Amino acid sequence: MENILRILGRWGLSVLRRMGNKFIFLIKALYMIFKPPFKTRLLLRQIRFLGNKSLLVILLTGAFTGMVLALQLFYILRKFGSVGLLGPGIALSLIRELGPVLCALMITGRAGSALTAEIGMMRISEQIDALTAMALNPVRYLIVPNIVGAIIVFPLLTSIFDIVGIYGGYLVGVKILGINAGTYFSLMKDYVDMKDIMIGLYKSISFGIIVSWICCYKGFYTGYGAEGVSKSTTEAVVTSSILILIWDYSLGSFFI
Amino acid sequence: MIEIKDLYKAFGRQKVLNGANLTIPDREVVTIMGKSGCGKSVLIKHIIGLLSPDKGSVVIDGVDITTLDVSELDRIRKKLGVLFQGGALFDSMTVDENVAFQLNEKTKLGKGEINDRVMQALEDVGLKDMGKKYPAELSGGMKKRAGLARALIAEPAIVLFDEPTTGLDPIISRSIHRLISTTHEKYRYTAVVISHEVPGIFEISDKVAMLYNGIIEEYGTPEEIVNSSNPVIKQFITGSLEGPIESLS
Repeated sequence: MENILRILGRWGLSVLRRMGNKFIFLIKALYMIFKPPFKTRLLLRQIRFLGNKSLLVILLTGAFTGMVLALQLFYILRKFGSVGLLGPGIALSLIRELGPVLCALMITGRAGSALTAEIGMMRISEQIDALTAMALNPVRYLIVPNIVGAIIVFPLLTSIFDIVGIYGGYLVGVKILGINAGTYFSLMKDYVDMKDIMIGLYKSISFGIIVSWICCYKGFYTGYGAEGVSKSTTEAVVTSSILILIWDYSLGSFFI
Repeated sequence: MIEIKDLYKAFGRQKVLNGANLTIPDREVVTIMGKSGCGKSVLIKHIIGLLSPDKGSVVIDGVDITTLDVSELDRIRKKLGVLFQGGALFDSMTVDENVAFQLNEKTKLGKGEINDRVMQALEDVGLKDMGKKYPAELSGGMKKRAGLARALIAEPAIVLFDEPTTGLDPIISRSIHRLISTTHEKYRYTAVVISHEVPGIFEISDKVAMLYNGIIEEYGTPEEIVNSSNPVIKQFITGSLEGPIESLS
């Protein structure tokens, strides 16, 4: 019994220590955001890395999400004789929930994993040590541009996702299923308000912080060799995805 | 001057440094040699401040760096230049940009002056025409030379070389040794070289230290080391499988 408690205790302490290290890492990075000098060129580079390179996957995912949503919602709303609400149903689902979450998950897989691998490779090839040896703070050069870049990019990509999704829903709902185009958009205007858009915005910004934080942390503290980097990349994607879903539920229950 | 005093460092149960003591005088080239995995890089990382010892101190110019916070440590690091084992060049930058990096980030020098200094640094290491290449396009020897140019451009007082010739052919290794020698003559820095390239490294060293079992087993001029009767030194220099140093057999 004593042994079991000892093992459980050791495991619990190890989990707490790892969580603590992650939060200290985040706090150091957030502090650096507001402390000059600001690395604008690096920020622009990371915006391009996170945003531009994820654009195609966001467009595809957004379009098909809207299309699938139209099919499924039409089926459900028809049972209640409310197919006219297809437009607002798609819009609200995308803006409040699916847009921020699916966009974040896609970017995690596309750019987040690459970010972890890039920083991890820098760690094992001693490039991060080289920065430290030059009396330059690696958090300022490697982590801050990614977190600020994610805060800028995630809401932008989420907006694109929502717009493309709404249009995908229009294609299926109006052109294929025969909903009136005017009804599709006009009821959207009546049911979607600023609060819904702000909820989507808060979610996308917080998901951006979560993904950049976890992916950077895992790369920064990667294990040795290719195996270490591979393991860190996988852990970064899985941990980010789980945290996105947990945080999504927390925010959702707060805003309801 | 660099003084390593009674340094202890363990990673889990593995003891790497067991009370190492070493004094590195100003402007001399001191080589630390030892078998693979004996803790040479760990020792050099303590001098850079990348690792903290379990016990003991590292004193640079009278300041114990193990007691400093990050900003104070950064002030000491401004005196250092480091050539890491693989060069540690930044992959996303060209050779020019790598070499200019410290000057761009830490000085208020104009673009023209930085360019001139980069050109001179690259010429010193024989990479005058390689400025626009990326690290992935360079050979191992070129990466080390570019790393050396980057380490020297800020004219540091102390330069640390972590296995500068590992993985290179004998001709390129000799060129790197010669580069260390010529740049040392030009810039008069204190050099700490981690190497097991015997006897080549003896040609450029003022002193040689042998790290064995976590301590400095012997420390002297190259002649003293070569003529030492210490069986550890004799076995290491000759590369014999018989002796106190464990081999794979």
